[in-house]
Amino acid sequence: MVSRQGMWRVLTVLLLATLVLSGCQGHDSLNVLDPSGSAGQKQLDLIKWSFFLMCGVFAVVITIFIYVLIRFRKRKGIDVMPEQTHGSNTLEIIWTVIPIILLAVLAVPTVTYTFDLADMPREEDSIKVKVTGYQYWWEFQYEGMNIKTAQELHIPVGKKVHLEIHGKDVLHSFWVPALGGKMDVIPGRVNTMWLDAKKPGVYQGKCAELCGAGHALMDFKVIAEEQADFDKWVAQMQKPAVAQTTSQKEGEKIFMQNCLGCHAGTNPRIIGPDLNKFGTRTTIAGILPHDEQNLKKWLKDPTSVKPGTLMPKIDYLEPKEMDALVDYLMNRK
Amino acid sequence: MGTLIVLIVFALFITAILTGGYNKEAIEKFKKSKAWDWLTTVDHKKIGIMYFISGFFFFLIGGIEAIFMRMQLIVPHNDLFVGDTFNQLLTMHGTTMIFLAAMPLLFGLMNAVIPLQIGARDVAFPFLNALGFWLFTAGGLLLNLSWIFGGAPDAGWTSYTTLALNDYSPGPGIDYYVLGLQISGIGTLIGGLNFIVTVINMRAPGMTFLRMPMFTWTSFIASALILFAFPALTVGLLLLMFDRLFGANFFDHAMGGSSVIWEHLFWIFGHPEVYIVILPAFGIMSEVISTFSKKRLFGYTSMVFATVVIGFLGFMVWVHHMFTVGLGPWSNSVFAVATMTIAVPTGIKVFNWLFTMWGGQIRFKTAMLFAVGFIPTFVMGGMTGVMLALPPADFQYQDSYFVVAHFHYVLVGGTVMGIFAGAYYWWPKMFGKMLNETLGKIHFWTFLIGFHLTFFPQHFLGLFGMPRRVFTYQANVGLEQLNMLSTIGTIGMVIGTLAFVFNIVITFKKGAKAPADPWDGRTLEWSISSPAPEYNFAQLPLVRGYDAWFMEKQAGNKEMPAAEPLGSIHMPSPSFIPLLMSIGFFVSGFGFVARGDYSMGILGLIIVFIAMFMRSFDQDHGYHIEPHEIEEANKGVKA
Repeated sequence: MVSRQGMWRVLTVLLLATLVLSGCQGHDSLNVLDPSGSAGQKQLDLIKWSFFLMCGVFAVVITIFIYVLIRFRKRKGIDVMPEQTHGSNTLEIIWTVIPIILLAVLAVPTVTYTFDLADMPREEDSIKVKVTGYQYWWEFQYEGMNIKTAQELHIPVGKKVHLEIHGKDVLHSFWVPALGGKMDVIPGRVNTMWLDAKKPGVYQGKCAELCGAGHALMDFKVIAEEQADFDKWVAQMQKPAVAQTTSQKEGEKIFMQNCLGCHAGTNPRIIGPDLNKFGTRTTIAGILPHDEQNLKKWLKDPTSVKPGTLMPKIDYLEPKEMDALVDYLMNRK
Repeated sequence: MGTLIVLIVFALFITAILTGGYNKEAIEKFKKSKAWDWLTTVDHKKIGIMYFISGFFFFLIGGIEAIFMRMQLIVPHNDLFVGDTFNQLLTMHGTTMIFLAAMPLLFGLMNAVIPLQIGARDVAFPFLNALGFWLFTAGGLLLNLSWIFGGAPDAGWTSYTTLALNDYSPGPGIDYYVLGLQISGIGTLIGGLNFIVTVINMRAPGMTFLRMPMFTWTSFIASALILFAFPALTVGLLLLMFDRLFGANFFDHAMGGSSVIWEHLFWIFGHPEVYIVILPAFGIMSEVISTFSKKRLFGYTSMVFATVVIGFLGFMVWVHHMFTVGLGPWSNSVFAVATMTIAVPTGIKVFNWLFTMWGGQIRFKTAMLFAVGFIPTFVMGGMTGVMLALPPADFQYQDSYFVVAHFHYVLVGGTVMGIFAGAYYWWPKMFGKMLNETLGKIHFWTFLIGFHLTFFPQHFLGLFGMPRRVFTYQANVGLEQLNMLSTIGTIGMVIGTLAFVFNIVITFKKGAKAPADPWDGRTLEWSISSPAPEYNFAQLPLVRGYDAWFMEKQAGNKEMPAAEPLGSIHMPSPSFIPLLMSIGFFVSGFGFVARGDYSMGILGLIIVFIAMFMRSFDQDHGYHIEPHEIEEANKGVKA
């Protein structure tokens, strides 16, 4: 007899074979079918379980379907009137009761997992992060660590992360496919969910709720590191960044004059991401590779990179001033 | 002010025409023209045809929008339609397909067929029927005018607040959405009401509820769903209108409102809505499968029961669209289980269709091909439906391409294939001509293959992490090939649809004249000539069982037994008031979109009230068709 585990393996292989046949495979940084988090794993279990159950149902239907179409098609020269049956109570009961049983079987793990995922981790073995969605970027505030960052969520491997999700403008939805399912960002509501990563890596995050012109580009990253690396990151983040060279000091002045209004929260109407420690980021605006050229491209014409963004064009600086500003930003580490 | 003057002149001009104080001869000529006949008709057959044509027109527009989107997504980082333009396309595609294509196409078939199926001479409220059609058209046109004047709505067909509020969507786009849907929604509500009363009151002698054809049954239930579901949409749109136009704060959290309320209102309407568009398609499938298998529908009573249960449960499951809103595990679990139960009556239907074919003599005409292709396609949509009902799994599927694949499997695989099956099946009865079978088969195969090629890969796109409603995606993360494949698949659907258009054109030009009963039908509509005469039945038929016409044919009868002697037939008079009232609503809607001092909006409402006043005091006794006219017409047909 094949063990249950063995069965699963065979079925998984079959599923993967279908995928390979369709000529493609997801990327492990955002693949629901190859999760690196325990929430995603639970969800995948349920996806598989329901998928195979449904495949069984489909197999029954399609078998009858093909048989009927071949066996009972009208053949040339034969013109008989089929018997006009009214139906069959026995059959009706069979195809009412069996689905009910199947669904009851499916309902048990569904309800269990629903409650499991809603269970928030205990404070002592988790870290808590306040997530805020803005058009079209994400802010992360680490509770008790005095860290505020944007677009990149650093987490320690193996530790549950308690996310408290806030909204300010329109609806968004926080989704890291490779770690676990999503939760909506709703202004005026606080939602909670948890995630964890079982191995180090960079996982892509997406906004899953239509939020305006830049919705498709409202990406972020979850960077999972071993505890020691994470602690190092925390220490670095808590240390103030100081401008070193004259060019950087010049850049700082330009920054103070042009950017601080939105990027330090003094303008109540428009809030931009916190740029303290900008030099440690791996992307610009969450999508472009992190280098000076891309930073200039973004500063000069932000809407060409991300339609609908509130970031204004900084196209009025002298080339020298621009260089200084970029130098300053790239070195805020 | 300038616009107001232009409008007043325009109104005076119309008044002059209507009162006949202008050029009597020209007016007389116009009144005798075919155009006037169609504009003022209250005949359900003509209204059905008009619904079908305008629905098909909007179907083509929605299809073009879909093609534009797939063109943008064929490769990553494409820049054909980005940002707001893409959002306008996706919003208008969804809104158009649901409200302006699926519903009117089904209403077209319902209008053309239901009175014939129940042995009635007309619907219960012919005037309201015409009004419903013109309001739908007015709303649909208003919505689509947004492309030309000020930009289309771009917050998705769900138009979630707060994105849909003035602060985040300052243009007139969402106003078009709100007012266009409100106007066409009134039309739909009126149409639904009319069908409920028609089915309850207008059945021929002997046509008991449990002898009604399946299409009549499912449309009847769908009409009941319209009656209960559309008010939720009306309320939601009204609140949104107040938020946008008059500075109310129902959905603004900063002022104490809540955007979650919009989600609830929208889905309390929105979920029954998907059953409104799928149930009549189920009915079409039942008719087609039964006719082309030459067998009585298997388990008729349980089919009726399953339809009623689906309709009822359809109101109990709306929160499954909102699993990620954070309503908590209790709420999610309850709605998950409720959602799963819908699979049971749906499964009953599928097995009954299979066993209707079992032991039959299946003839693969185009209509039957669509019905047969529908079964596995729809079952796949049902499978993913059950998978989506599980909240933890839904956290992954929600708002990803997996959902896009799922609802296209049920809406295209179910509703659109149903509409095509119904079109090929009833075309002879609606237009008196037979659609070409060869072109029909090309239509079916290209459409079916194209459909699966387009939407099957989208399941995997969702599972590989692609959210829906995005205008682009990153390269090198495993999304390229499937997106490419999906776009290529649309070519098949385009060819299929063009084959259908071509088929319609050549059928009008030189199609074979349809006999009264081309498919060896089973229900009453096949017992009268194709197309049906103006009065449908010269004598109301006496119904002696389920599949009444088939029973009589089996008993060797050439026509239905009559339930009354040949006598003079009372017909409702045509009226231009439905058109006038709809023009009023259209002007009003356009005026409120234009904002300003709302003078144009108010003028439109005045036209509406004048039309209502005219209707209230209109002495209309209809007219009669005398027996000798019917006999002459019959002779004409035979000769």
